[in-house]
Amino acid sequence: MSATATETRSYRLGEFHQFEGGQRKFLYLVPAGAIFELDNAAAAVIERLSGGEATHEDLVESLAEEGFTFDDASELVEEMFLSRAIISREHVPETVANPPAGFPLQSLVMNLTNQCNLSCTYCYEFGEDKVATPDGKPKFMDIETAKASVEFLLEQSKGRKSVHITFFGGETLMNFPLLKEVVTYATERAAEQGRSVDFSLTTNGTLLTPAIIEFLSENSIGVTVSMDGPPELHNKLRVFANGRGSYDIIEPRVKALINGHRTRPIVARVTLTKGVTDVVRIYRHLKDEMGFHEVGFAPVTTSPDRLYSIDEGGMDGVFDQFRILAEEYLEYALRGEMHGFTNVSDTIAELYQGVNKSHPCGAGLGLVGVGPSGDIAPCHRFVDSDTHTIGHISTGLDLEKQNDFLTRGHIGAKYDCHSCWARPLCAGGCHHEAFVRYGDTGHANLHYCDWIRGWTDLCLRIFGTISAENPEFLEKFAERKAL
Amino acid sequence: MRHLKPINRKARRIDDQVSAITDDVVALQNNNNQQPQQRPHIPMGCALAFSPGWEVDSAGGTAGLCQPVERDIYDCYVTCFWPAQVPDHLNNYPDWAAKCGSATKDWRNLDLVFP
Repeated sequence: MSATATETRSYRLGEFHQFEGGQRKFLYLVPAGAIFELDNAAAAVIERLSGGEATHEDLVESLAEEGFTFDDASELVEEMFLSRAIISREHVPETVANPPAGFPLQSLVMNLTNQCNLSCTYCYEFGEDKVATPDGKPKFMDIETAKASVEFLLEQSKGRKSVHITFFGGETLMNFPLLKEVVTYATERAAEQGRSVDFSLTTNGTLLTPAIIEFLSENSIGVTVSMDGPPELHNKLRVFANGRGSYDIIEPRVKALINGHRTRPIVARVTLTKGVTDVVRIYRHLKDEMGFHEVGFAPVTTSPDRLYSIDEGGMDGVFDQFRILAEEYLEYALRGEMHGFTNVSDTIAELYQGVNKSHPCGAGLGLVGVGPSGDIAPCHRFVDSDTHTIGHISTGLDLEKQNDFLTRGHIGAKYDCHSCWARPLCAGGCHHEAFVRYGDTGHANLHYCDWIRGWTDLCLRIFGTISAENPEFLEKFAERKAL
Repeated sequence: MRHLKPINRKARRIDDQVSAITDDVVALQNNNNQQPQQRPHIPMGCALAFSPGWEVDSAGGTAGLCQPVERDIYDCYVTCFWPAQVPDHLNNYPDWAAKCGSATKDWRNLDLVFP
């Protein structure tokens, strides 16, 4: 392990975040993403080293004074050293490795159209902060491009038994005929190779019909509905071109979807903006009154000066509301019930695995977006943007551009993150958000660091409490995909 | 590990790794007060040679044997006709145990041979 002999080692604390839950003490070991529960002996070692470095001899002796036998104390110190809860003076931090070259694709986001029948003020595709440059490009994807995208996905995902296609827009359902064709084609092509493909889509819900709902249910297509809460909140920014709110149009359609689609859970995705931050109320409406299976929230991506952007005080308020729902989540979990607050489930899924990300997400790595023109983008948010194209479906990935994107986005290049304990999960945050805020996809999203640390700590404490009081519940996350 | 309890997957992988180092060699003593984990019972010894070194003591451990358990190896090496477990010291590997003056201390110096 180390060139230094045990007896001459000098110890200091490793890199970790300490937290408590269910009256127990835990360590979140940062370079690994590992979570350990501490017993009193281990806690004593940390307490002792919090005061400064100690030699092996001193450390063992001070533990012996607290009543440990020499053998026990030595074993304890060795255990903590090998797991890197404590490290020697010579310890050199390890860098996070690059993902292997030729990383196989897992998911492809197909933007069936860049057209939308709504004009939501905050839209990252059409709003003031848009990165898309759709002029002169096709508005709707054609079947040839879609088929080529399916072939591209199957070709680039060798070795994976199952792959995923997400349909996106614009408003996805404005090109429903193509969606149907792609489902049939991709399913057949995958089956020919003894593989499978599953599907999901995001929609604003305005164009749902009984026939569409039946098709989605029959084909087990996962559905995420963009919806911002009860009418007075939803209608603020999710409007038609004439400014009329879309709530009344989508409400009956979404209810029909939730009742009629029996094969996959239906999920709501809420964008929080200035004045639309009443998270608990939004959650109650969407979960209890609308009947969504899960509800996930994200603050709008915007430059800081937009009228609808949430200022720092507003984000504090959002955090307080997140905390209320998160604590409710914990109560459910301790009873063995699943709560519908997606944000907690997603974070717990990542904590369960112990992810330690080289990049904030799979964009440009295991996931790509394809626009109507066949341009390949790192993800759906960059589709149709000339600046961010990393290839074309007819010619494949432009490895140089892909590499540039991934090199910028790698945690190793984000120096601000290197001293942050929340980096294994955050890795600097959304590439697209970084571009909108700082003009560089590789910039760390410094405007929400405190928020992310607060959130991660909250979820760690929930995780710790569940592991102490109802550990079986965590097994539900064995199969949930870490983001 | 006894003091750090892994509670997520990554921690369990670290636990496995650390255990592979610390539990490299485990004495066969019974540890009644704190047995970290149950291990499968591995039958020790040679069914043909009635040597005490190959057996367990009356308590099921090895502490009460008349010879240290590490001494077993010489049973095959010097006194036993059974040729399989150790190198052939008569013809091909006469120096095999040269670096092992005291079996209880130096047994790690007994290396594999590759005929």
